[in-house]
Amino acid sequence: MIFDIEYETMPREALESIQLRRLQTTLSRVYATVPFYRKKFDEAGVLPGDVKSLDDLRRLPFTMKQDLRDNYPFGMFAVPMENVVRIHASSGTTGKPTVVGYTARDINTWAELMARSLASGGASRGDIIHNAYGYGLFTGGLGAHYGAEKLGASVIPVSGGNTKRQVIIMRDFGPTILTCTPSYALHLAEAAEEEGVSFRDLKFKSGIFGAEPWTEDMRHEIENKLGLTAIDVYGLSEIIGPGVAIECHEAQNGLHIFEDHFIPEIIDPETGEVLPYGETGELVITSLTKEAFPVIRYRTRDVTSLNVEPCICGRTHYRMSKISGRTDDMLIIRGVNVFPSQIESVLMQIEGVEPHYQLIVDREENLDTLTVFVEVSKEAFSDEVKGLQQFAQTIEKEIREYLGISAKVKLAEPKSIERSQGKAARVIDNRSF
Amino acid sequence: MKAEQISIFLENKAGRISEVTGILAEAGVNIRALSLADTTDFGVLRLIVDDNAKAEEAMKAAGFTVRITHVIAVEVDDRPGGLHYILDTLTQANINVEYMYAFVQQSGDKAIMIFRFDQLEQAISVLEKHNITVISGSKLYTM
Repeated sequence: MIFDIEYETMPREALESIQLRRLQTTLSRVYATVPFYRKKFDEAGVLPGDVKSLDDLRRLPFTMKQDLRDNYPFGMFAVPMENVVRIHASSGTTGKPTVVGYTARDINTWAELMARSLASGGASRGDIIHNAYGYGLFTGGLGAHYGAEKLGASVIPVSGGNTKRQVIIMRDFGPTILTCTPSYALHLAEAAEEEGVSFRDLKFKSGIFGAEPWTEDMRHEIENKLGLTAIDVYGLSEIIGPGVAIECHEAQNGLHIFEDHFIPEIIDPETGEVLPYGETGELVITSLTKEAFPVIRYRTRDVTSLNVEPCICGRTHYRMSKISGRTDDMLIIRGVNVFPSQIESVLMQIEGVEPHYQLIVDREENLDTLTVFVEVSKEAFSDEVKGLQQFAQTIEKEIREYLGISAKVKLAEPKSIERSQGKAARVIDNRSF
Repeated sequence: MKAEQISIFLENKAGRISEVTGILAEAGVNIRALSLADTTDFGVLRLIVDDNAKAEEAMKAAGFTVRITHVIAVEVDDRPGGLHYILDTLTQANINVEYMYAFVQQSGDKAIMIFRFDQLEQAISVLEKHNITVISGSKLYTM
């Protein structure tokens, strides 16, 4: 089903003329209200009035995640606080999180985009949606929740965790749509099996999965084990949250980007040059309708390509391919964004830890695992096993406290962790995306 | 009356202990006793050697994490109940044994055990009060 026939199937010419008008409005607004953008535009020598076509967008400077951090917490907001009705933030960090705000109209826009996404994944009025995305500062839970209500479906706000209870609810309430991260979907399937509940006997027809990268292989596994159609949803809090792009269940081949609200570009991450359609590079997004937190040419660091071929579902919005990687070293572990530098700063605060470490990311029984190898210094070395184990547990506790993720700490001999010029060897990601 | 012991941190990797013994052999250090405490991930190798300074220097030069700890070498009657008598004495004095292992050589007709206590000084006085012989480090290294 298409939730918004008019906008989602709009002929390209009309769509692009709406994009240009909305872009011009957004640029004028951010220039007038956000000192960061005024300064950047002035430095680049491009004023909002100079943007006369969509192609002119590329004359504007990029916005980086660091810019958002530099303007922590509310420096990038384009409306006064009395107009902000909601605040979300990126996952817990030792550094500054990325804080985003929404006006009442932004919340409504977001709900519409998620309603479109759920509909594109096969949901409609009358469906019961089991929403196992986490509720809180993370945008997943509330994003899917508001979209489900906007669609007119019945939403179960079960959030993440307490897997046993989730299985009981899935068995007794008969939900038809599942929303969560793809790894949690597989985890739920296993938990159900342990409780003697077969997912295939449940009433699910579709699952809308996102917040972490996943492969086609994983899609097949999920579809086989859970007996539903697995749909990929894309989004990030800096842009709006989930609902930036969605696969259609008709094609399951690329995610339609809601172009009446966002302009996507693909750039060469090294040179910043815009690449032609079809080429693979970094996804850059400009928001067209956001009020509280507009973003201009935001570098997502996600690697993908754009497909301009018409789609069998009837939507005219261009499709991006499944995310195939990152242009920075950010790791997504069980849906939580983690930079190796954050783990490093936790380690550096613990006495006796050498400044050499290695992170191994793996996927065991469908859940991401993080192992941190830490070199034991002379100061930390106790000749009692008990003392060393306590040392490792202290590090695990600190990582959990600061980053909100569980890591297994393994102690290594001094100089045993490879010294390299680059950052790459510090992280070994054995998951395949 | 304390003796010195060298402790070495080792990862659980094949061939790691033979590397240690190789380094010590090359440095001309004789191993008098050893024990290995291990977990699934790592181990701690504890050694009594004839020349601590030389051993420590060689191990450090090879990049190992090394620590010198103080232990006590105790003569144990080589008969049933010999070790029990010592442990019982310590228990009654409320002294906790962190770890212990056997020394290779005998002292006359007696066995030797190496002990590590949380309260080393107190342990020595309790043992001596009960006429249990504590062997000095210098004697131990050259036995």
